[in-house]
Amino acid sequence: MALDKNGIAKRIAQELRDGWYVNLGIGIPTLVANYIPEGIEVEFQSENGVLGMGPFPFEGEEDADLINAGKQTITVRKGAAFFDSAMSFSMIRGQHVQLTVLGAMEVSQNGDIANWKIPGKMVKGMGGAMDLVASAENIIVAMMHSNREGESKILKKCTLPLTGVGCVKKVVTELAVLEIRGNKFYLIERAPGVSVEEIISKTEGDLVVPEFVPEMVL
Amino acid sequence: MNKVVNNVDEALVGIEDGMTLMLGGFGLCGIPENSIAQLVKLGVKDLTCISNNAGVDDFGLGLLLHGRQIKKMISSYVGENAEFERQMLSGELIVDLIPQGSLAERCRAGGAGIPAFFTPAGYGTEVAEGKEVREFNGKPHILEMALTADYAIVKAWKGDTEGNLIFKATARNFNPMMAMAGKITIAEVEELVPAGELDPNDIHTPGIFVQRIFKGEKFEKRIEQRTVRSKS
Repeated sequence: MALDKNGIAKRIAQELRDGWYVNLGIGIPTLVANYIPEGIEVEFQSENGVLGMGPFPFEGEEDADLINAGKQTITVRKGAAFFDSAMSFSMIRGQHVQLTVLGAMEVSQNGDIANWKIPGKMVKGMGGAMDLVASAENIIVAMMHSNREGESKILKKCTLPLTGVGCVKKVVTELAVLEIRGNKFYLIERAPGVSVEEIISKTEGDLVVPEFVPEMVL
Repeated sequence: MNKVVNNVDEALVGIEDGMTLMLGGFGLCGIPENSIAQLVKLGVKDLTCISNNAGVDDFGLGLLLHGRQIKKMISSYVGENAEFERQMLSGELIVDLIPQGSLAERCRAGGAGIPAFFTPAGYGTEVAEGKEVREFNGKPHILEMALTADYAIVKAWKGDTEGNLIFKATARNFNPMMAMAGKITIAEVEELVPAGELDPNDIHTPGIFVQRIFKGEKFEKRIEQRTVRSKS
């Protein structure tokens, strides 16, 4: 069965390594914080200016001055730090953040990502996404395999305005874990009960399928 | 040097039609809400506003958009404002969307006397159109120019009569860099204390960057996305 959003987040959380600083984007990526594997310590950076982000506050304890990049009220953990936006992006551009997890509207087989604009329809802006994808060494994209019309979002070439070029290395969808190497998608894992045929049929880009594709262990 | 002005009316003296303003804040967090209310009252128009976001429909810079006071916005994310999207898609409003880190650094550079810098952000995208590209360490970068403003308007938690500022939590965001980049910088603060009451070790923005400071009359501090967990 295809994963739900929490399932995607849970699978991505398995990629976390002890001691990493991690930036989580809005949407599914935010959920990754709920599934940190046992025995691993990571710190979450939010680009509006906080390191050491904690869970949402208890009702009545919200602080308007303490939010994450999604403008949600948050708390901080012991040992947290606040800083201005220039310093925040120094951390990002300077590659002091080990992992970036973000959503996408489209990803292509050369690692391009589009997630900020639909010309004439939706113009929300890129926020910090362009800075993040241009500099992060390790980017995981959390997304659905197809759009609402059933069209694949895993493409040979992106059709929407790009956020970054040649930067995505790994994609986790409700159906599969894909890696991008040498201008191709590689099928690494499939969601429990999802067939290789279904993944092939829903992937527009070139997909390399090994003889045996293991199921995700969640 | 005493930088104190009595109120928001005195603080915003000199702001005229067609000027470029920087306004601190991220979302509705750390925005100079008293000054924005005053800009609405003054009715100045054809403004170029440099601000990470454009507020929401009925708060923050959304109030200026509503009165068609803004001619051009320079921002990174404007997704929470339907009126903004409408004015932008209809062509009434000129919008320059730039990556958030580039926006922050362009303000910092403007205040720091650095005319331009290279960044990898936006290379290969429409943000790079018309910009010089240069390779450093095998990676392409684009040239981004510094930003300055006629007036920068920032919001701080505490300030003293010398204009030294301390920000609270994530309400710091763009405020320190914008304070540096204004020809005249106006700071509205929640608490205004005599010089000597703030520990010099704790100052985030030194008073040299601030020309006028006043205590804001009222801070609504609206929360954009109230997210909580239950105690059980």
